[in-house]
Amino acid sequence: MRHIISLLMENEAGALSRVSGLFSARGYNIESLSVAPTEDLSLSRMTIVTSGSDEVIEQIIKQLNKLIDVVKVLDLHDGDHIERELVLVKVKANKQYRDEVQQLSNSYGGRIIDSSENILTIEFTGTSTELDNYLKSLNSAFVVEIVRTGASGIGRGDRILKI
Amino acid sequence: MTAEIITGAEIAIRCLQKENVKFVFGYPGGAVLNIYDAIFQQKSFKHVLVRHEQAAVHAADAYSRATGDVGVALVTSGPGATNAVTGIATAHMDSIPMVVISGQVPTHAIGQDAFQECDTVGITRPCVKHNFLVKDINDIASTIKKAFYLAATGRPGPVLVDIPKDITAETAEFKYPENVTLRSYNPITQGHSGQINKALDLLVNAQKPMVYSGGGVVLGDASEALTEFIKLLDFPITNTLMGLGGFPASHENFLGMLGMHGTYQANMAMQECDVLLAVGARFDDRVIGNPDHFLAKPKKIIHIDIDPASISKRVKIDVPIVGDVKLVLEDLISAFKALQENTSLNLSTDWQKSINLWKQKDCMRYEDDGTQIKPQKVIQKLHEVTNGEAFITSDVGQHQMWAAQYYPFDKPRRWINSGGLGTMGVGLPYAMGCQLAFPDSQVACVTGEASIQMCIQELSTCKQFNLPVKIVNLNNRYMGMVRQWQEFFYGNRYAESYMDALPDFVKLAESYGHVGMKIENSSDIEGALKEAFSPKLKERLVFLDFITDQTENVFPMVPNGKGLSEMILADDAEDL
Repeated sequence: MRHIISLLMENEAGALSRVSGLFSARGYNIESLSVAPTEDLSLSRMTIVTSGSDEVIEQIIKQLNKLIDVVKVLDLHDGDHIERELVLVKVKANKQYRDEVQQLSNSYGGRIIDSSENILTIEFTGTSTELDNYLKSLNSAFVVEIVRTGASGIGRGDRILKI
Repeated sequence: MTAEIITGAEIAIRCLQKENVKFVFGYPGGAVLNIYDAIFQQKSFKHVLVRHEQAAVHAADAYSRATGDVGVALVTSGPGATNAVTGIATAHMDSIPMVVISGQVPTHAIGQDAFQECDTVGITRPCVKHNFLVKDINDIASTIKKAFYLAATGRPGPVLVDIPKDITAETAEFKYPENVTLRSYNPITQGHSGQINKALDLLVNAQKPMVYSGGGVVLGDASEALTEFIKLLDFPITNTLMGLGGFPASHENFLGMLGMHGTYQANMAMQECDVLLAVGARFDDRVIGNPDHFLAKPKKIIHIDIDPASISKRVKIDVPIVGDVKLVLEDLISAFKALQENTSLNLSTDWQKSINLWKQKDCMRYEDDGTQIKPQKVIQKLHEVTNGEAFITSDVGQHQMWAAQYYPFDKPRRWINSGGLGTMGVGLPYAMGCQLAFPDSQVACVTGEASIQMCIQELSTCKQFNLPVKIVNLNNRYMGMVRQWQEFFYGNRYAESYMDALPDFVKLAESYGHVGMKIENSSDIEGALKEAFSPKLKERLVFLDFITDQTENVFPMVPNGKGLSEMILADDAEDL
């Protein structure tokens, strides 16, 4: 099953490779991994999308907690949460297709953030599944480049990951 | 009082003094020259110059295993650090508290492919508990403090501190932190009382209980508590390879070692019990065999361990108790005592009968016609001659298993071997670490002609530091364990397992200034051992080269991937 794991870790050189190294060394899946500093400059927040049986996920959480630089770990799937991912898509859109692409983009809630004579760049935000569906709806013959950020997640309501 | 301004190298040395370090095992090189210069000018600890960095780390590791203190190794950058990696990984797999200090090229040269540069922190990351690269002289003291703290607390392990050369030449004020707190690291030591009560409930209602203890009992200094616990409940107990000595082998409840080369009775009791208590052990593949087969017989499992990640890793645990094994056992003991007044254990007498029947298999029997030297007999004689009191280090292979099987340990920290990583070559440096820690004790290195050659250069270190280690070389002219697997599972195709072109070990030992003996007859085993351990040779390293039966195998054996009760015994081996 797919899980989104959020963690806070010391904002130190090498902390990211401790986490990614753990996943490769123990053969755990990583679907995506994103990391950025938090409001507390001494901490980074990482979001890892992974999949595995309940036993594997339990081990992943324990092994993450065991890393000295990791301060706190939360499996967002243990409760209600919100998931968002951003994708930037560049599509060939000459005069003939331009309207069609714009319509499609609008109907999914995408936003055109750059346009040139033959190319449109669209920004789209949603859950990873919504992104998958949106990308499927585009004619792959016209897609020239896709950049996905990997998912970020946050607990709903008063579920807060903080130290 | 004005603060004292000293160099980074001196700061590092002062830190080691503050940690009461007695020995530093190391090898100098460019990046650590400043540190060595500071070592030259101090007297509080002794530096032990090895002949290869791998041996420095192994010796520091053994020093820790034998004493319980944090072992310290010092190596230079680049090849010094990479040579240390095998030693670090060995200590990591067995959770040995150790601090390794490595030199690094100057900070401005990092990343420039400088001479003797390597990414030591990157290379060692997967095989340390934690590591640090110090980039500021003002961080040296606090980092070393953290390193010792991390190494020794929680589930112990090796911690590496990489110090660039320029930092060791700069000067700063020395201030050693009194204590250290890390917001991300708070190991649990006290077991949860609710879990302890649940465990106790299972234990007192068990009909076929079994206790299995591992290296955690030795590392956690929990032997006394474990022994009291077993005496109180009168349960049968087995030890893992790493746990030997954690419970006295001469106690009547001891069923011997379990696992791939465990006794018939220990493995059968593990398989057939209804309640299993695991203490400081981790259900690894060499210990429980195939986990599905192991769980095929329903049983309730209680697991005491300091490391939450060890719980339910290979086998689902019914009652986990995370905590310091000693503290948890003490809590269990007092909870049991409080309960004892109005409860009686209902141990099934059939269980004791079954165990006795399994013991009657006499699985450790071996054929001995008194001509060829049987390796098992050498170990038994070694036990006799040393009164079971020696520190026994071993390398890895058949001789290791025979040492574990035929030298019963009554005390913890006497059996020093590489259990997890299985590193050939550890035996001699392990013996050095033990002998330095306990100069008046008998230290024997049980090895084979293949393993000993992996760190043979340390005979020179032994000469320099007058370490009177006794090397018991079980020389069967084969990588014995490889040969055994090839005989059993590869149709007798002995690919590259024959040790051709062996040195004359007697002359080799003599050339290093030691005493060498070659023993070829079974009747000479005892005499040779007695001579080696006699007062006459008390101050000398003796290399005993026992020419043993080449075809001898280690039994019982649980084939890889099989269940614990699917052992091959010596009696069945002819049918293979």
